[in-house]
Amino acid sequence: MSIDWKSYDPCPFYDELIAAPGKPRPVARRLTEYLGSLGDQELQVRKQAADHAILEMGISFTVYSEGENIDRAWPFDIVPRVIPKREWEAVQAGLVQRLTALNLFIDDVYNDQRIFRDKVLPKYVLNKARNFREQCRGIKPPHGVWAHICGSDLVRDGDGTLYVLEDNLRVPSGVSYMLENREVTKRVFPEIFENSSILPVDEYPTQLFDMLAAISPRPQDYPEIAVLTPGIFNSAYFEHSFLAQRMGAELVEGADLVVGDDDCVYMRTIEGLERVDVIYRRIDDDFMDPEEFNPDSLLGVPGLMRAWRNGKVGLANAPGSGVADDKVIYAYVPAMIKYYLDQDPIIPNVPTYLCVNEKDRAYVLDHLDELVVKPANESGGYGMLVGPHASKKQRAEFASLVKKDPRNYIAQPTLSLSVAPTLCDESLEPRHLDLRPFVLQGVRTDVTAGGLTRVAMRKGSLVVNSSQGGGSKDTWIVDEED
Amino acid sequence: MLSRVAERVYWLARYIERAENTARMVTSFHLVSLDMPKSVPLTWKNLVAVTGNDAVFDEHYQREDERNCVKFLLADHYNSSSIVSSLKAARENVRTTRDLVPSEAWEVVNELHLFARNNIDSGLGKRGRYQFLSEVVQRCQTLTGLLAGCMSHDPAYDFIRLGRNLERADMASRQIDVGAFRLLKRPEDDSPNPYEGLLWTSILRSQSGFQMYRQHVKRRINGVDVVRFLLQDIPFPRAVAHSLDYVRGAIERLPRNEVPLRLALQTRRHVLGADVDQLVKEERLHAFIDTLQQEIGGVHDAIADTWFALDKAA
Repeated sequence: MSIDWKSYDPCPFYDELIAAPGKPRPVARRLTEYLGSLGDQELQVRKQAADHAILEMGISFTVYSEGENIDRAWPFDIVPRVIPKREWEAVQAGLVQRLTALNLFIDDVYNDQRIFRDKVLPKYVLNKARNFREQCRGIKPPHGVWAHICGSDLVRDGDGTLYVLEDNLRVPSGVSYMLENREVTKRVFPEIFENSSILPVDEYPTQLFDMLAAISPRPQDYPEIAVLTPGIFNSAYFEHSFLAQRMGAELVEGADLVVGDDDCVYMRTIEGLERVDVIYRRIDDDFMDPEEFNPDSLLGVPGLMRAWRNGKVGLANAPGSGVADDKVIYAYVPAMIKYYLDQDPIIPNVPTYLCVNEKDRAYVLDHLDELVVKPANESGGYGMLVGPHASKKQRAEFASLVKKDPRNYIAQPTLSLSVAPTLCDESLEPRHLDLRPFVLQGVRTDVTAGGLTRVAMRKGSLVVNSSQGGGSKDTWIVDEED
Repeated sequence: MLSRVAERVYWLARYIERAENTARMVTSFHLVSLDMPKSVPLTWKNLVAVTGNDAVFDEHYQREDERNCVKFLLADHYNSSSIVSSLKAARENVRTTRDLVPSEAWEVVNELHLFARNNIDSGLGKRGRYQFLSEVVQRCQTLTGLLAGCMSHDPAYDFIRLGRNLERADMASRQIDVGAFRLLKRPEDDSPNPYEGLLWTSILRSQSGFQMYRQHVKRRINGVDVVRFLLQDIPFPRAVAHSLDYVRGAIERLPRNEVPLRLALQTRRHVLGADVDQLVKEERLHAFIDTLQQEIGGVHDAIADTWFALDKAA
């Protein structure tokens, strides 16, 4: 038997590939026809081929469970998610606009603080922004860029509108899986690539290298670039190693580096000490430099901040960039875009209620059963309340949390996340998904063609995190005019 | 090249070589056990002795029978030198140096690790053992060939050669020791051991040395010649002297090499200078190999001190 698209019904959700039963979206027509021609058995064969390729290529992620670190095969669904190129161009422009404004904001926060003086943002937000770093005041990194690598999470609501759900300006991960997903798909469905115009994604490592080279304190053709990883037990270790490999950079751990009396950073090599120009650090601010931040950190490099402050090493992302990850500050991004760029935001924010404002708080407390309540400084979906799915008791708990520390909570309407056909057991079923594109900003700004699509594999679930049973899909930006 | 990375590729090579040598050794003993009449007891425990892990074995097992010994050598996690443990360690080392070795090498090591883990049961049984072990040997050789043919012969590769050859020299010398201990010592009544030829052949076979020995030594198999061949034959790639020659070659190409080079040259000189006839006659071979083992350990320590110790690099 083959797939019958007429019996696939995503209702009541917006489906990325299918407009209505039996009616694929124009951009997905070739894909759906092709999948329809395969038949169930052949589809299973392709799925096995993908699973095998993932195992063989060693695409894995690390989960911490039952007191052990386990290296698990990367969860992948073979049915790609498709986005029209025309739509994507607008999204790209929106992401460039957003990151440009965010970098102007971070630079402003650590220098003149104009935006507070002009009362566009209330000053209080800084007081409790957990990732604000006093140590960064007065520093001017090259090109005024702090967050060089940004992974914003986009979601599509029931009416088809894409929203920015959050910006990840600290150490966003996932880009290696975006690249590997494409590799796997090319192995599994080589036929479709022949007669569709699917934009390639593999420029990313080169763009990343060029961006990092551009922040080297010693302009030269071959800067020494290192990827700083917390080590093999980190859940994103695969990615750290992958990116180092693709860029031809050194993959270093804290113990490999030492800051000299001259404030330069050196690697310990078989030849002795060698200077490092740029560090793509995948360690949180807190653990980066025990001299300035958490003194107990064994992962970091003593003196790294000193080296950076004195312009002896480039750091991406710059320490302190995470200040804009605060969800209260997120709510002000549209205002920042207006303030710094005098433009209207191209991609909207999800409407956000700030519990610190009395009016908003009253509304939130009245509508807890409809809203999603999030702490301002968590990521990865921790400590959230999803009102419609929560019990009375949970809602009461959150009501008191919000009242106790209103600055630390925001609320958003529960979005009806879009779905896409996903291979579950025997057949294709709609599953919810999001999208994380990656933006690189240095002298120029580049946006990936697509990004990492994460999909909740369990029916009805909105949890896309791979540590909690989420999967992923290859993401195709397709040029329909071709 | 980072010191930490140098250390990891070095261990990658050592673990792969260890897995291969263990597989070879068990294969040849397995084959010879099939030839032996039932009345001649074969001591599988000798193989455990070769790996130097007798104490760990004794902690876990009471019976020194074939089943326990093979399980210990192939599968047991608490034996850090078992094939499964070695391959797991090799995989961890290559997983943390994937940015340096060709990606096909990662795939080979990863698949080899999965193969060993998933098929270990057939390796433990008599029927599937030969198949399992030869596949392990073959895949280890695939990796060696792949690295030789696809990886730049840069310092990372030198550390791989270093690890491989030092491990090989180490294992070969242990095999000679155990073989010599059992076979060169005449029983009390001075009767010749009728199976001596068979057992020496098995030791040669485990080093793929049987054919080479025939071609180069051209005499009937006898203990002293086999020991001399496995110890001193420079052209034979699994002989101790040959391996130490490669160790020297790799060290020569690395920076800041004075101490390890001096020790490697000294060890090689001792091996080539040994008078095997004399050592056997005076029953000093065991003591000689003991010293050789310590010297090989000394070369390793010098390598670690010079290139891996993070505080020394600063």
